Amino acid sequence: MGFRFDLLLLFTTLVLLSTITPTVLSDVILSKVDRRIDLTSQIVRVTSTLKVENAGPDPVSEVLLTFPEIQAKDLAYLTATLNEGKGKVKKSGSNLLINVAKPEELPPSLIFHSVSLPKALGEGDSLTIDVLAVFTHALRPFPEEITQADIQLVLFQDTAHYLSPYAVKVQSLTVKLPKARIETYTKLENTNIHGSDIKYGPYENLPPFSYAPIAVHFETNQPFAVAQELVREIEISHWGNVQVTEHYNVVHQGAKSKGEFSRLDFQARPHLRGASALRNLVAKLPPRAHSIYYRDEIGNISTSNVWGDPKKTELVIEPRYPLFGGWRTTFTIGYGLPLQDFLFGLEGKRFLNFSFGSPINDLVTDNLIVKVVLPEGSNDISISTPFPVKQGQETKISHLDVAGRPVVVLEKTNVVPEHNQYFQVYYRFNKLSMLREPFMLISGFFILFVSCIVYMHVDMSISKSSASYLAKLQWDEVRATIQQVVSIINQCLSKHERLEASLHDLSRTGDVQACKTARKTADSLFKEYSKELKPLLSFLQSSPQATQILPKVEELVAKEKELQERLIAKHSTIVDCYEKKIGGRELENRVASHQQKVVALKQEVDDLLDYIEEI
Amino acid sequence: MAVTKTEPINGSTTKSSAPPLPSMPLKSDLLSILSLKSLRLKTKQQELLIRVSILCLVYVLAFITRLFSVLRYESMIHEFDPYFNYRTTLFLTQKGFYEFWNWFDSESWYPLGRIIGGTLYPGLMVTAAMMYWGLRFLRFAVHIREVCVLTAPFFASNTTLVAYFFGKEIWDTGAGLVAAVLIAICPGYISRSVAGSYDNEGVAIFALLLTFYLFVKAVNTGSLAWGLASAFGYFYMVSAWGGYVFIINLIPLYVLALLITGRYSMRLYVAYNCMYVLGMLLAMQIRFVGFQHVQSGEHMAAMGVFFLMQVFYFLDWVKHLLNDKKLFEAFLRITVTCAVGVGSIALGVGTASGYISPWSGRFYSLLDPTYAKDHIPIIASVSEHQPTAWSSFMFDFHILLFLFPAGLYFCFKRLSDATIFIVMYGLTSMYFAGVMVRLILVATPAVCLISAIAVSATIKNLTMLLRTKSKVSQTGSTKGTGGGKTSSKAMLDQSQPFQRNGAIALLFGAFYLLSRYAIHCTWVTSEAYSSPSIVLAARGAHGNRVIFDDYREAYYWLRQNTPPDAKVMSWWDYGYQITAMGNRTVIVDNNTWNNTHIATVGRAMSSYEDEAYEIMRSLDVDYVLVVFGGVTGYSSDDINKFLWMVRIGGGVFPVIKEPDYLVNGEYRVDKGAAPKMLNCLMIWNSDLVTSYPHQNHNDLRTYKSIWMYKLSYYRFGELMTEYGKPPGYDRARGVEIGNKDIKLEHLEEAFTTSNWIVRIYKVKPPNNRW
Repeated sequence: MGFRFDLLLLFTTLVLLSTITPTVLSDVILSKVDRRIDLTSQIVRVTSTLKVENAGPDPVSEVLLTFPEIQAKDLAYLTATLNEGKGKVKKSGSNLLINVAKPEELPPSLIFHSVSLPKALGEGDSLTIDVLAVFTHALRPFPEEITQADIQLVLFQDTAHYLSPYAVKVQSLTVKLPKARIETYTKLENTNIHGSDIKYGPYENLPPFSYAPIAVHFETNQPFAVAQELVREIEISHWGNVQVTEHYNVVHQGAKSKGEFSRLDFQARPHLRGASALRNLVAKLPPRAHSIYYRDEIGNISTSNVWGDPKKTELVIEPRYPLFGGWRTTFTIGYGLPLQDFLFGLEGKRFLNFSFGSPINDLVTDNLIVKVVLPEGSNDISISTPFPVKQGQETKISHLDVAGRPVVVLEKTNVVPEHNQYFQVYYRFNKLSMLREPFMLISGFFILFVSCIVYMHVDMSISKSSASYLAKLQWDEVRATIQQVVSIINQCLSKHERLEASLHDLSRTGDVQACKTARKTADSLFKEYSKELKPLLSFLQSSPQATQILPKVEELVAKEKELQERLIAKHSTIVDCYEKKIGGRELENRVASHQQKVVALKQEVDDLLDYIEEI
Repeated sequence: MAVTKTEPINGSTTKSSAPPLPSMPLKSDLLSILSLKSLRLKTKQQELLIRVSILCLVYVLAFITRLFSVLRYESMIHEFDPYFNYRTTLFLTQKGFYEFWNWFDSESWYPLGRIIGGTLYPGLMVTAAMMYWGLRFLRFAVHIREVCVLTAPFFASNTTLVAYFFGKEIWDTGAGLVAAVLIAICPGYISRSVAGSYDNEGVAIFALLLTFYLFVKAVNTGSLAWGLASAFGYFYMVSAWGGYVFIINLIPLYVLALLITGRYSMRLYVAYNCMYVLGMLLAMQIRFVGFQHVQSGEHMAAMGVFFLMQVFYFLDWVKHLLNDKKLFEAFLRITVTCAVGVGSIALGVGTASGYISPWSGRFYSLLDPTYAKDHIPIIASVSEHQPTAWSSFMFDFHILLFLFPAGLYFCFKRLSDATIFIVMYGLTSMYFAGVMVRLILVATPAVCLISAIAVSATIKNLTMLLRTKSKVSQTGSTKGTGGGKTSSKAMLDQSQPFQRNGAIALLFGAFYLLSRYAIHCTWVTSEAYSSPSIVLAARGAHGNRVIFDDYREAYYWLRQNTPPDAKVMSWWDYGYQITAMGNRTVIVDNNTWNNTHIATVGRAMSSYEDEAYEIMRSLDVDYVLVVFGGVTGYSSDDINKFLWMVRIGGGVFPVIKEPDYLVNGEYRVDKGAAPKMLNCLMIWNSDLVTSYPHQNHNDLRTYKSIWMYKLSYYRFGELMTEYGKPPGYDRARGVEIGNKDIKLEHLEEAFTTSNWIVRIYKVKPPNNRW
């Protein structure tokens, strides 16, 4: 029985306490203490309003808060604020500095935190402090194992008297429970119950270290979602995005489930069978979150919903299966955020302003690791956090990194939603380094293409004297020659067209002279071409590689020549006719035979050209 | 002057001194002529450009058409076997190659375990790991899952390139291009290579086609280099898939066919010997294959042909030496007789002494489709091993199915070594595709290639017809002098009336068919082949998409909420998924290497709870997982697979008899079900169970349901599944179940997924005796 043992421990502590004489700290008295313990969720929040009075002659600059060791290990968060507004305006004071103190002559089973006051308290002066202490794992399921049909009962223990090294004049305690059944609670004098609130007190004039253990055993169907480990990775890209990836390892730490799990019962009577099951988690993401995903090691989880409004983005995620007590699951959520909402510049430095804890409501995180991945090339990194955390650095290699990106690692245990405060990471980063990765990509492709070009143009053969290599060289030469031949033929053909065109003009304008000059230039050109052709043809004839193609080339040249002659014949005929003013039918008759021949030859030449170009 | 006036102005050039007609059509004509001219100068380059860009487009198309599943669902691994491949790849990337090679997996086949390194084809995993390491080296921080998911599409893209080169080799570039396009979107191939289908076949089809291409290239050129390349292609194929047996039998068959048809050549000799010897030696490096190339009956054909080649070579040499024809013939007779005799004696001795193992059951079942049904129920039970229905041929090949014979016709018209190969590949693989559904995959490349030949040859013929005519008519019209004459001449050229129109119509027809093919392929890919089968999607009442993610729900539950050393018993289909996603030890899985073990599970599933409990105790089982579709109407669940469990169990344990579970040869789960299936007359009584441990099914007084029935329908009788139907209405089978009051004695329900598809039971420890 864990809790009995704990009680026993508390008692022994108390016995120990009562034996010592706390003379050292008796200068201060607490004239009024109001405590409210909120047990509606798995996170226990104790709000205490202390009215501190200095009864001694010496000025007091700090006040001690006391927790038994067994509670202190569950203490996740502690703040003290000065309450000056006399109850009207509550949130007026600023946070006071709190340090762990170890006064001598006090037993080690008590943990002290000292609150530094903004100004020393003179004799007879008083002030009010609001203290918020948040505990995790303070609710203990009892019984520890339940079946699906059972309700979940938990046990909470504390003291009805405010544990303090100072004497307390007037004090009271309110325990706020969820609206459900209360199994038992410790009844002391002045104990009242109002609905779901239990009131202890007021008690008056209690000596230092007075203690009155109470236990409350009540029903709660709040799922006890605890992330045993949460790794948040915040990656900054200066291209305009902050990518957040959160890896959760969640376990339901309520009463453990035993026996059968019946889906039928769970579906048919969800509030009776499996009332304490964890069905979903709600995450409040920053506004304008985009590309949200929710997955685990084996893939996407399709049961999630997102609502967005200008103030926040709400993400409701359901685990793959309802989590009963003791069941666990792991998952990852990720989202992108606009950079300008979180990254700011300050005196040449940049800083990221981001919230520390998990965005999921009512989640206790046992071990939180926050990693801030800065862009590659960042330097001069410094961190500022609102509460102490363990810091470290590592590097991460991501897309197109050479040296790796600097990563700031922050670790903290026992994190509650109260830790959702902003922390800052300052660093220097040169904007030009942004261009490095695109440049790398571009140069990569550039090198690829250049090497392709080089490969295509470089002679890679090993032996320069082998027969096949020589043959290849010769063949290349032959091909080049044939190419030349073909281009000359093509030029000839274009000249033919020019001639034809001159005939056109003739038919339109009747300018015989122009036609004749065209003819003359064509003639000279044709002569030139045939001169050029000669050495090429002789080369082809001599080359052994060209034996196969040679007849075709020769045929081509011959046909072209014939075509040329025909065309010239036709040309001269027409020009003749024009000069002699023979028109119409006569002209047509004379030309017709030439024309037919020309067409047929042209066709043949075209075919031959096609054929040769195929090779 | 009428003639000259009718002359079109196409002939004029820009430099014509006469004032040109200032009209727009003229200018555009000029431009077109100019561009045409510039085109004509570099037709070759243009053709190359077009070809390369078509290939690039096909490459991209083949990749993106396989991404439907990623877009519809997510980037995830599909089906069953891919999960094993994914798990092993993960292991390989995390632990390195030597660990992987020596991996003894104790998480499967409990309590036997499995030597993974020695019983798998590592090609796929090594390929994916290489790509992963390569990308990592290039500083692309990819996840291994993404690499695995995209491996199959990537290799499908590469296959299109190989298909192009293969088509070019056997026919021409046109056929190559068409083959690349056809294979890029052919459903028969897509079915095994969508993103996420991380299976051996995805890589193997590429390797298969590459080997064939390289071999044909080697035969065509007679070059040692190509022969060597094909040996390495074969090695890759052997490392990737058991289907390499097809290669090692098809190539000898092809060589034999060439020998018989008198096409023996030095090229063939070089190609085959190089490929066979080197390929065999390389293949022996794969542990799973080992010495099978010299020891198993399936590989003996290749060896026989190898020796036959030597005999041929020898005879050729002798023929060269001997001038006397008669002497040679006598010699030939003696040598051939001797060779055949020695060969058959060697084979006989080898088989008799057990040195050469006989053909395996899988091989037999290919040659004789009814063999598996009678002898190896475990092969017959897999749906993809069923004989193919005509509809699935139509589904997977569409127009290729009738283009295939057309292509064969063209191949026979232009017989060469290469076309003989593709014809033989096509015909044999078509036969195998008819025997087993999954072998459609092997036939797909051949069908695509042969159809591509048909398409390309037809279109080429048609366009040729069109182009020559248009050329003549164009030239006729350009030189319009005496237009009547030329046109009459052109008319004379036409051997058939309406040839040109006919050609145009046929071209349009071909275009229509091909576009139908593209539409069909896209539709099939998106509708039929892109679902991961792990996640089920259905349409809700309002047309919205409902997702059933029950499998992963259950596997993840197992992974998170059971002890790490828990042993899970399920039917073997889910073994790989449980180990990969649930990370728990299984009794049997999809690597069905031990039939007895599977039969034991089958026996447990088909016996009464007490007997089943005994079996489970002996197997150390902690959890039992069954798949049940009664709530959602999911039909491939364990109740529907149950008869196979009975058959497989009964194959080893004669206690299990199939007729016990049938009523008049019919399998039912409702009130009319076989007495052994359910307790229909009396309410089940735990006292009676212990007193009648072995019930005779003819005894009608009291029954308990067999175990699988109980596991599936536990508490189902209380559930309303459908409005207007009695509770306990099984939607998958459309009946009200026969036994609604099921109590479990040795098990308790541990988890049931939200749609009841997966149910997990915990095995209770035995009761205390006192």
